Amino acid sequence: MTWRRRPLSGRELGIVFALLVLVAVTTAVNPAFLGAQGLHDLFLNASILTLLAVGQTLLVITRNIDLSVGSTMGLTAFLSGQIYVADHDTPVIAVLVAGIAMGAVCGAVNGALVAAAKVPALVVTLGTLYVFRGLDYGWASLTGTRQVNADQMSGQFLAFGSGSVLGVPRLTLIAIVVLVAVNYVLRTMRSGRELYAIGSNPHAARLAGIPAGKRILAVFVVSGALVGLAGVLHAAYFGTINASVGSGEELAVVAAVVVGGVAIFGGSGTAMGAALGALLLTTITGALPILGVPALWQRAVDGAALLLSISLDRAVMARLASRLRRERNARHG
Amino acid sequence: MGEELGPGRQLTRALVRWETALIVLCVLVFVLGAVSTAGFADRDNIGFLLVDYTEVALLALALLPIVLTGEIDLSVASVLGFCSALTGALWDAGMSFEAIVPVVLLTGAVLGAVNATLVVGLGLPSLAVTIGTLGLYRGLAYVVLGDRAVTGFPESYRPLATAVVPGTFLPLPTLAVAGCAALAAVVVHATPLGRSLYAIGLGKRTARFSGIRVGRIKSGAYVVSGALAAVASVVYTLRYNSARADNGSGLELVAVAAVLLGGVSIFGGRGTVAGVVTALLLMAGLRNLLFLNDVTNEIQNVINGLLLIVSVLVPVVTDLVSTRGRRRGAVRRPTEIR
Repeated sequence: MTWRRRPLSGRELGIVFALLVLVAVTTAVNPAFLGAQGLHDLFLNASILTLLAVGQTLLVITRNIDLSVGSTMGLTAFLSGQIYVADHDTPVIAVLVAGIAMGAVCGAVNGALVAAAKVPALVVTLGTLYVFRGLDYGWASLTGTRQVNADQMSGQFLAFGSGSVLGVPRLTLIAIVVLVAVNYVLRTMRSGRELYAIGSNPHAARLAGIPAGKRILAVFVVSGALVGLAGVLHAAYFGTINASVGSGEELAVVAAVVVGGVAIFGGSGTAMGAALGALLLTTITGALPILGVPALWQRAVDGAALLLSISLDRAVMARLASRLRRERNARHG
Repeated sequence: MGEELGPGRQLTRALVRWETALIVLCVLVFVLGAVSTAGFADRDNIGFLLVDYTEVALLALALLPIVLTGEIDLSVASVLGFCSALTGALWDAGMSFEAIVPVVLLTGAVLGAVNATLVVGLGLPSLAVTIGTLGLYRGLAYVVLGDRAVTGFPESYRPLATAVVPGTFLPLPTLAVAGCAALAAVVVHATPLGRSLYAIGLGKRTARFSGIRVGRIKSGAYVVSGALAAVASVVYTLRYNSARADNGSGLELVAVAAVLLGGVSIFGGRGTVAGVVTALLLMAGLRNLLFLNDVTNEIQNVINGLLLIVSVLVPVVTDLVSTRGRRRGAVRRPTEIR
């Protein structure tokens, strides 16, 4: 049997199609939506969500989940601000390293509880969602710095967040690099393939000699590091940070991942799909006000997108299963 | 309880120990509070700390049957938020409060039925579904009411959520919660329906082959959960005399924490109403104690989050300790919930 790797799966093509329709309709209403500035903003906003969604994809593939993403991101964004309050001339790279390290530590806490203590990820990360957020607020009130503004950060850092390379926003380039790397690991590397095995059947994966606990811990750390990166980039891009950055973001991230075709039961899905899901959700958010829908609807839209896509998945699965059954019955009479 | 269902005396003993530990902790918190903090043991303060946990208690009781069957409902606080926003919008539109309450209760049940349709009808994982409806219902609350607040609910009804039973310090809502808990205890522990909840949680296939109508019972649990969350919304709206779209946001954490701290297994099939009630008392006492000592809400959330983690961590650790030295794999527990 010949088997070619298509650049995009059926699900991903579906998202691209939905994106094109949405962009076409919105542009018809307001041509500025597809203007240089509009596209620039769209990709910038999608970049941060993409980083979060790609990290979450790794977890969901192994049948885990991280509901604490918003809080971890808030914590690392706040860290970036605090670093600049302490020392206005910190080099950008130091802030990036600090943010990524802090995200990785948060991920390691989640991962240790899930992998070593075998507590379900849902419960652990629902708990750490509030623990990390509380630490964020506690930190803000302890230091008395409730908000960090752009003028307190170094110009270099802000330029890093809003800069472009050859017309492409730097944040988008970073997101693309991460996406390509994660895609490569998931498709080609042994450890990446093992994640799918763990998610498909954890018990069988263990019997097959896959170090499931180690892999799950590693995935939590990597995903946390990506969230940390996203937090620093959020700080650099928006320039204003308080302790509530990223509140409720977990909904958008899980929605992006699920819309992107990553099965919530684990064992299937791609980082590319999740990134497209993030792009679609960001585009919807950008298009809502243009189409005359108040921005307040965004949460409802995210929730509805999540529900719609898992329902669609189930319908497609059911049709596929019944077709296979029919074919088998036809063959065997 | 648990003798008939548990895989052995080991489990029963662990259960007894868990609930004993809870009661001890609870007494400890109240004694410590009375000794250390002036005003904690005052009659009025005890009444306040009880009434302050009315909504959480209702949400926890709503969650209990669902968690017993091995599912989860993270949307309870969003149902509360939507119902509160709807109350505000209808009141604003000039509807009478007598007419609003049944509409809101029905709406809560319908929102629960939507969850049921997705989880039971389509067979989707309850975690993903209720994260989705958590966002959807909260979002719809903003759609209905925007970000304004509606106040000025009728003076004649507000005492229902704030007054005490004449001659005592017991608030009326607490009395209602106690009634709900008693009803839940009877249904869960003393009826065939209650036994079915445990059976489903312990093994869905076995339950189905034993003639238990798994789908119908699970759907019922979700509808009841929605209706109870709507009741909680009415209390919340009256107690604060304010209907807002963000009412009760984040309460799902507190409710889930209370249920799991109460000794209910996140994998289903294990737990008691008494345990949950004790956990609620413990958390209500702790919250009030921290509040009196000027600990902010955010730090309280940290404590709730830690309680949640600890309550799932402790059984795992005690299992590990108690199985050491025995045959490996003697106690195998599922490691994933979806």
